[in-house]
Amino acid sequence: MVRFFGALVGMGFIAALLWSFGWGVNAQLTETHTQSVEHRFHQEPRDVAFSTDGPFGKFDRAQLQRGFQVYKEVCAACHSLGQVAFRNLADLGYEEPEIKAIAAQWQIEVPSINPDTGEATTRKAIASDHFPSPYANEVAARAGNNNALPPDLSLIVKAREGGAPYIYSLLTGYQNAPADLPAEARPGQGLHYNPYFANLNIAMPPPLTADGQVTYADGTNPTRENMAKDVAAFLTWTAEPNLESRHRTGLAVLIFLLIATILAYMAYQNIWHGGADRRVRQTGPLDPENQAKSRAAKKEAGIKG
Amino acid sequence: MSFPWAQQYSPKNSFMRWMDERLPLPRLAYNAVGAGYPVPRNLNHFWNFGVLAGVALTIQIVTGIILAMHYAPVGTMAFDSVEHIMRNVNQGWLLRYAHANGASFFFIVTYIHIFRGLYYGSYKAPREMVWLLGLVIFLLMMATAFMGYVLPWGQMSFWGAKVITGLFGAIPLVGEPIQAWLLGGFAPDNAALNRFFSLHYLLPFVIAGVIILHIWALHIPGSNNPTGVDIKTPQDTVPFHPYYTAKDGFGVGLFMIAFAIMLFFFPNALGHADNYIPANPLSTPAHIVPEWYFWPFYAILRAFTVDFILPAKLWGVLAMFASILLLFFLPWLDRSPVRSGSYRPTFKMFFIILLIDILILGYCGGAPAEEPFVMISQLATIYYFAHFLIILPLLSKFEKTLPLPTSISASVLHGEKQEAAPLEVARPKRRPRAAPAE
Repeated sequence: MVRFFGALVGMGFIAALLWSFGWGVNAQLTETHTQSVEHRFHQEPRDVAFSTDGPFGKFDRAQLQRGFQVYKEVCAACHSLGQVAFRNLADLGYEEPEIKAIAAQWQIEVPSINPDTGEATTRKAIASDHFPSPYANEVAARAGNNNALPPDLSLIVKAREGGAPYIYSLLTGYQNAPADLPAEARPGQGLHYNPYFANLNIAMPPPLTADGQVTYADGTNPTRENMAKDVAAFLTWTAEPNLESRHRTGLAVLIFLLIATILAYMAYQNIWHGGADRRVRQTGPLDPENQAKSRAAKKEAGIKG
Repeated sequence: MSFPWAQQYSPKNSFMRWMDERLPLPRLAYNAVGAGYPVPRNLNHFWNFGVLAGVALTIQIVTGIILAMHYAPVGTMAFDSVEHIMRNVNQGWLLRYAHANGASFFFIVTYIHIFRGLYYGSYKAPREMVWLLGLVIFLLMMATAFMGYVLPWGQMSFWGAKVITGLFGAIPLVGEPIQAWLLGGFAPDNAALNRFFSLHYLLPFVIAGVIILHIWALHIPGSNNPTGVDIKTPQDTVPFHPYYTAKDGFGVGLFMIAFAIMLFFFPNALGHADNYIPANPLSTPAHIVPEWYFWPFYAILRAFTVDFILPAKLWGVLAMFASILLLFFLPWLDRSPVRSGSYRPTFKMFFIILLIDILILGYCGGAPAEEPFVMISQLATIYYFAHFLIILPLLSKFEKTLPLPTSISASVLHGEKQEAAPLEVARPKRRPRAAPAE
């Protein structure tokens, strides 16, 4: 009965699937298929190495500081960094007085209230504050950016397929639209052609326009490539500030587990194949010793059988 | 448990004797996973995965309870509270990555456990209840994992919740009221997030309860084995402890190594980048995909593209649920008296095709809904249903099976299983004179 109804149900599903499949084949044969414009022109992120790559990857503190400088002087004009607090900059190698100074001199102030009147106001940032958003709210952000919303950058490296190389490629990937780009895919008003962006036209104007846009204190040549790479490294840190301790802990855990597993394997082999004279002590009711004991107990209690 | 030669618990000292007379918990453990449980001597490493699933559940419960201490199930705060765990809670990143990857590893070991049962015929008499309870656990796991994925309240959380609860909307007449009732509104919002959190906390303990029943039901007939032949004599078995505790210990070590590699070095490889974007009801992601362990079922759902008597969407929903529910009937669909696939050459061939078929379904489920993936998943879905509902019942009628070994010990003697415990080990000093009827 089960098998009869099962076969019936199975036939039903198969019939419905064949019907769908037939229409699919029909569509494949009759309709002409053109590759989408995105498919033709979109490019995968370029290969670029970061110090955080691989299981031993570490942050390059000097690079993070340079990247932070790029964020501060370029990106922060539009992009918030809401998950990160000024105090977190200690990870980058800044000392406490430096962090206090960075917070106090931050171009955007933190929303607050007047302690006397209770009216809304702003105050200078302190180390425990998170990075303040450049816009009061989403409407203000869109109004200032041609109706596009600059995303928060705290997690951007983890929130985009391709990670840091994608950020780097996007920042350096602005170019003139190719001549064979169809008219409907050409960047409209306020959009910019960038083959690394999913739909090819991005609302963000090229942020790194010229070499030397920022002046690095450590003497690194501030080419567009370097600035893009540094800020991508900085954003890797904002997205995953615990990356180094994760890698370190991981190595320690793996070494421990490797030793433990080898020991477990040896114990397993020893128990299964070690010592030909190994015998498991019989403790069951069929064990002669136990039987003798129970006979004695029964005898003592006067039970027959 | 039901074997007359099982070793009996005897308290080692006066305290344990005192305990045994009042709360015989050590006796229970001894009989369940100790020396008192005789297990076939020829179990291979595929028999490690039940224990591994238990380990994975334990990891999920321990990490999950601590995560819940820091998580805020409120629409406006959930995403930030997860980031708070990642950044400010001591070792919070470890807890959260362990929990997220732990879910994937729970499914990996459970899938291997299920396929082990499928291949060696562990679902057949007298172990039907073990199989049915296992499927209940699997369904509970899927519900728990789905609701857990909603909690970080990222883009995939939100849109996944919307799509999956939308499935209920395909039910004629009552569909939309049911969807609104499940979500507590017309779209996922605070109400949905709160109840998902509550249930996500509850269900793992329900799973733990059903696992107890699963193991209880297993201990009545005892474990199946790679030959599928019943246990006949004491020589066929070894005590669970120390033999299988030692073997499982090694298995757990390998599992933890694989888990640690993903957790510490590729913690986001099994997730989706979009879930690091806070939920936004106004912006639909380009590709909404569930977590990888749902991909085969997602492919079945999307395989129905054209109305056929019923609306295509309803076909998809029915097929997706049927693809799991039919497994409940498996013990009665496959009536072949031979359990193990090793002695069923034709079954073995179809089993391998099924395995590849499900991998293909999984790949298509993760791919965008465009050709050729839709047509491939249609063919793969056809095979999936044909395998269980048509091929297996026919096979059990017409298949020529290979001769079975007369006993587990005989198969070990002939060197069929290198992994089996050598026969001289743990053999009783003398055969029981008269074995009581089983």
